[in-house]
Amino acid sequence: MWETVIGLEIHTQLATKSKIFSGASTAYGAEPNTQACAVDLGLPGVLPVLNQQAVLMAVKFGLAIDAEVAPISVFARKNYFYPDLPKGYQISQFELPIVGKGTLTIELEDGSSKVVGVTRAHLEEDAGKSLHEDFHGMTGVDLNRAGTPLLEIVSEPDMRSAKEAVAYMRKMHSLVRYLGISDGNMQEGSFRCDANVSVRPKGQEEFGTRTELKNINSFRFVERAIDFEVERQIDLIEGGGKVTQETRLYDPNKHETRSMRSKEEAMDYRYFPDPDLLPVEVTAETKENIRRTLPELPDAKKARFMESFALNAEDAGILTTSRDMADYFEQVIKATDDIKLSANWIMGDLSGFLNKEGKEINESPVTAEMLAGMINRIKDNTISGKIAKEVFEAMWNGEGDADAIIKSKGLKQITDTGAIEAIVDEIIAANPGQVEQLKAGKDKLMGFFVGQVMKQTQGKANPGQVNQLLKQKLEL
Amino acid sequence: MHNKTIAELALGLRNGEFSSEELTRHTLARIASLDKELNSFITVSSEHALAQAKAADERLANGNADALTGIPIAQKDIFCTNGIRTSCGSNMLDNFIAPYDSTVVSKFNSAGAVMVGKTNMDEFAMGSSNETSFYGPVKNPWNTNTVPGGSSGGSAAAVAARLVPGTTGTDTGGSIRQPAALCGVTGIKPTYGRVSRYGMIAFASSLDQGGAFAQTAEDAGLILGAMSGFDERDSTSIDKPVPDYQADLNKDIKGLKIGLPKEFFSEGLDNEVARVIEAAIEEYKKLGAEIVEISLPNSGLSVPAYYVVAPAECSSNLSRFDGVRFGHRCENPDDLEDLYKRSRGEGFGAEVKRRILVGAYVLSAGYYDAYYLKAQKVRRLISEDFKQAFEKVDVILGPTTPSVAFNLGEKADDPVNMYLSDTYTIAVNMAGLPGMSVPAGFVNQLPVGLQIIGNYFEEGRLLNVAHKYQQVTDWHQRTPQGFE
Repeated sequence: MWETVIGLEIHTQLATKSKIFSGASTAYGAEPNTQACAVDLGLPGVLPVLNQQAVLMAVKFGLAIDAEVAPISVFARKNYFYPDLPKGYQISQFELPIVGKGTLTIELEDGSSKVVGVTRAHLEEDAGKSLHEDFHGMTGVDLNRAGTPLLEIVSEPDMRSAKEAVAYMRKMHSLVRYLGISDGNMQEGSFRCDANVSVRPKGQEEFGTRTELKNINSFRFVERAIDFEVERQIDLIEGGGKVTQETRLYDPNKHETRSMRSKEEAMDYRYFPDPDLLPVEVTAETKENIRRTLPELPDAKKARFMESFALNAEDAGILTTSRDMADYFEQVIKATDDIKLSANWIMGDLSGFLNKEGKEINESPVTAEMLAGMINRIKDNTISGKIAKEVFEAMWNGEGDADAIIKSKGLKQITDTGAIEAIVDEIIAANPGQVEQLKAGKDKLMGFFVGQVMKQTQGKANPGQVNQLLKQKLEL
Repeated sequence: MHNKTIAELALGLRNGEFSSEELTRHTLARIASLDKELNSFITVSSEHALAQAKAADERLANGNADALTGIPIAQKDIFCTNGIRTSCGSNMLDNFIAPYDSTVVSKFNSAGAVMVGKTNMDEFAMGSSNETSFYGPVKNPWNTNTVPGGSSGGSAAAVAARLVPGTTGTDTGGSIRQPAALCGVTGIKPTYGRVSRYGMIAFASSLDQGGAFAQTAEDAGLILGAMSGFDERDSTSIDKPVPDYQADLNKDIKGLKIGLPKEFFSEGLDNEVARVIEAAIEEYKKLGAEIVEISLPNSGLSVPAYYVVAPAECSSNLSRFDGVRFGHRCENPDDLEDLYKRSRGEGFGAEVKRRILVGAYVLSAGYYDAYYLKAQKVRRLISEDFKQAFEKVDVILGPTTPSVAFNLGEKADDPVNMYLSDTYTIAVNMAGLPGMSVPAGFVNQLPVGLQIIGNYFEEGRLLNVAHKYQQVTDWHQRTPQGFE
């Protein structure tokens, strides 16, 4: 019936040490207004000086999405009044952005992939923050963030569902972190997006009227905000109404979008080239130098993982989500030869522990070497997969490496056939009824016997060996 | 002492004829007694000046003095001075004390110059008569019923009245050259990018350029040399060494090709002024210069194009004055909009508001192409005219202004007529070229200025051409009655 059309504008904070037009620090979390110098405050007479690092990062991004990097781009002033915009204008790029048309390939749930167009990406400065609480009817202004470099990445209206939008946002997030141009920290606002959303009857060529959803700062919210907005628009049209072009704000607490300003109220920003800054030149030589510093990008890495390690697309995708995870994986399989088991441990238990504690993989207390060491003990039958979980948790808690933990906790698997045989005999003798039923064909009871033996040995028997012995003894 | 040039004063200081402290006290005393009538200063910084003078005397005693060490100067009140109010001639900044020095002020400080105060100016440098100043108009020392010109009217009048031997100014459309002409002093606006704009409160960023006023070309060169140079804090400043402006002052100008643009000698030019300029040209012929008639066909478009570009930039540059962080803030605002409207409404004067409105209009959606972009194209045409002219000639000469100083109030209610007083100076800013005004005679006992325009970075040649003229004339040595 209805088709959704979505375009995203992603604002990603560039990981420069100082601001885009001043020498003040960009570090997050300082006392209000302690990281705002005369330039950030917009005092009379001060002038902006472009941070070259920000330019290099933008170029890096442009090359990574196969975009045209403009040999000449121009900073423009976007004029509007707001207390957290000190100069009364934001320095941005308008007619001539530094990065032109490019593409990003996203993976869809059905395993297929889709190419999303990137219209442009431009450099700009962030505004400060208005603090509306704690000032008794007044507004406080914190200008620490004012002048922080942003790269605004504008997509084509190529996405057709909230899920695609999320996939795009995740992929972009992964890419900027791969490139090392942004920390991508969404809580701190280093990566946020506006979504342009419209609906049209399936098969219709022209786009419906769009609304712009402002300032969404999590993957979950982007999906929920779009889903809500799509439903709102469809209801509106089906109820005989019309969508009005406007800017809407998503409220994650109430789970709704509400109108901020209509098209008629839209501001005229009176853009014009900033006469305080020279056009930005990027020479072919600079581009080539930066191209040489590009890391292996997510798509290439994924393809290599599939080909070299025989991983399926899904696993390769997950393992290459972040550069750190991919590096971790590659370190693990340098020290152990079971690729599949290594992948499963990283995607399973390790990721679970990281998520639970909100840690990044490079902060994991279990290093790649430690994990590989443990996997090797599984492979040589020193421990079972089940015991390995206990070992892993102990490693996580800082109790040492796998060998030390196996030793101190006495978790070594019993491989002595005689000892296991004795226990097997004991269990068979103690459960004559079940033996009869099993022999009569109730195969499920096999699990019961294995379980009993494992229980008796506190999990230290090799389950495969137990199985074997039971079959022998019961002449199955 | 006050009739001496900077070059003479520097010699006196070095020879121990007087100390910088004595010179500074003398200067401050003259300002105290004579400036009540002229109103050329907004702020007199006596204590600061005396402290600087004492430090200068030490430097002089230690033998590590620069050309300007111990010399009293005054800064146009557009250059930010750490700890001393910088008002820009506006109620908006009546309470503003910058926590930093502009690059120009730091350079004078390192040279050991003594800043005796901040000079009056048109509000935010917008004006040609100094009548838009929040601090009241400056009077022309030659006739206190007439205007001194603007926007750097205070700086020009202070030198003309021999209150101080040198001052700084800024020139966006003629704001150094026009008041220099109207007050009978020497003024130079260098090439755009020669003097750092850091800490110089912006009017129209692509046109604003700092420069100097003095009695002579030689002195103007000394001041300009001290204030020029690349500044990494100003992206539009140019990384090119500053030549020694004294080196070529006396160079022979025999064979110098002087271009006279016919557009500068057509209707609109006062006949008497024309005669004075013709006499100056005769002097140059005597010095062996060759006179060539040239044309700057697009110069007539410079005033209208300027009044698009300059207001456009100013409308944006002045947005930071919003009553939030510094400057004037209205009493008890009801809400944010009220804060903006009243703070700006009360803080800015009529001319500033007019230009903000014009600027916002020409940049607005639907008008941008017709006005702003068109004006930028005109600007390129104007630059092209000069480029072609300088293929034929070494310098361009003409009147600085179409007439001598007009009466206070005469053009105050007629902005367009006022704007036309910059008709010969504006094109130079549009092209970013260096230009000077040199005293060349009198009409009705009011000074006439001769404008000299040079190619990019040829300030040295301009100073040479002006100096040679000042060697054979004494117009620059005339002093207004009551200020001798």
